[in-house]
Amino acid sequence: MPFDVNNIRQQFPILHTKIGKYPLIYFDNGATSQKPQVVIDCINDYYETENANIHRGVHHLSQVSTEKYEQARKTIQTYINAQHDYEVIFTQGTTDGINLVAHSFGKLLNAGDEILISQMEHHSNIVPWQMLAEERGLVLKYIPMNQAGELEMGQLDNLLTDKTKLVSITHISNALGTINPIEKIISAAHKVGAKVLIDGAQSLQHMQIDVQKLDCDFLVFSGHKVFGPTGVGVLYGKEALLNAMPPYQGGGDMIKKVTMEKTTYNGLPHKFEAGTPNIIGGIGLGKAIEWLAEQDLEAIKEHEDELLTYATAQLSEIEGMQFYGTSEAKGSTISFLIEGTHPYDVGTLLNQQGIAVRTGHHCTQPIMAFYKIPGTIRASFSFYNTKEEIDQFIIALKKAVSMLS
Amino acid sequence: MSITDKENELVESFAIYDDWMEKYEYIIELGKDLPIIDSANKTEENIIKGCQSTVWLYAEKKEDKIVFTADADAIIAKGIIAILVDVLSNETSDTIINARLDFIKEIGLQEHLSPTRSNGLVAMVKQMKMYALALKMK
Repeated sequence: MPFDVNNIRQQFPILHTKIGKYPLIYFDNGATSQKPQVVIDCINDYYETENANIHRGVHHLSQVSTEKYEQARKTIQTYINAQHDYEVIFTQGTTDGINLVAHSFGKLLNAGDEILISQMEHHSNIVPWQMLAEERGLVLKYIPMNQAGELEMGQLDNLLTDKTKLVSITHISNALGTINPIEKIISAAHKVGAKVLIDGAQSLQHMQIDVQKLDCDFLVFSGHKVFGPTGVGVLYGKEALLNAMPPYQGGGDMIKKVTMEKTTYNGLPHKFEAGTPNIIGGIGLGKAIEWLAEQDLEAIKEHEDELLTYATAQLSEIEGMQFYGTSEAKGSTISFLIEGTHPYDVGTLLNQQGIAVRTGHHCTQPIMAFYKIPGTIRASFSFYNTKEEIDQFIIALKKAVSMLS
Repeated sequence: MSITDKENELVESFAIYDDWMEKYEYIIELGKDLPIIDSANKTEENIIKGCQSTVWLYAEKKEDKIVFTADADAIIAKGIIAILVDVLSNETSDTIINARLDFIKEIGLQEHLSPTRSNGLVAMVKQMKMYALALKMK
């Protein structure tokens, strides 16, 4: 169906709410996305008519629930073009997915092995590797970035060695919006025999990812950032790799046979899904992905690019404007500071005028340290945002700045 | 002036404005009257933890009263700490420790500032009471 922003907005009930006397302008999409009515209805309907625990139940509702949960897995498989549905592991979110890989893939690593990340990672793609490196005597390296907030790709070949076992990289920087050249990174990493994990937390909601074409070994993302519910996410992994990895958590569902002495483990995907999963999370995420797949993704990209260009131009007019993250390849995220104002003050006064932005370090303290700033103001757009909202945002921002100077 | 009088005065001053943007302008104004912390006391340990902006707070005992000085790198945070200093400074330790600070709720500061979890209003109050308690023994 052709892209019509008003039609899209009609599907998101929260976009019609007010904050005080101001209509909500939601520019905090990098933190979480809003939910379309179909996802909200799906969750309500499930609890009203279908709720039951999944797998192994002989009764009707359990079978319906199981079918829906597994159908959601297939929907996601199709969307990311995984070869098998069991390569799609449900997690609690991106952080959980990375921790799973750090724990289980990490068990296959030995002292002296190297892991490569980048300077622009979210803390959730730094800390698990630091913990693992300490535990197993690994070497953690990073690809530095330049002033524009781009990875120093010229250094990649020197950083990759025959000891590099894993490269874990964000597709799009949550703090800067930079789109990283992951295709090049994946191919360079594979040449030295390293596996690659792509943090897709900020990309799946803006573009389609084909894991087979991309040839990444792992892909992680969060449900709540792709128009689905919170507390659920996906780890995609190549079958052979997932099979080689030991389980993450022990418990129900992940076992084949348990005696008091020993347990044999279930196959994929259940091996990595111990305990009753977030059933409605999985089903809701499936619905969100199904909804997303129906949208015109090219038109979405065009609209978001237009919002980015328009907002950047409007913001540039404001005196003392300083952008962080000025890469040519950028998602619809703008990080900035205005000379003489504190981001906390600006964020507070924007909030007062109904505008939701994020201020602070965005869980990327190394990026802030690189620029020697405490934090930024971040406006991150989704395709339900409009130019009119950007106009209101600029008016509100100017008012805030005039009050603060 | 008693602590209750000071609180009432603030509530009345804020009641003049019905628009929250105007109330914020008033908070910014109040920040300008803040007794500024001596630069020698602007140390790492005098930074209040839990604020998105940097807020320094220092307390000393003058006779039996606690006197607060502070500063902040964000203007609104500076206004908020100024309001708290205005109410709690020059009071005894016991008065500070037992202060209910109902005016925060009455003005609506809590409601307008706490959703961001970043203003540190709660952290500021806690820190002031901690100082009062620590200086009580001296």
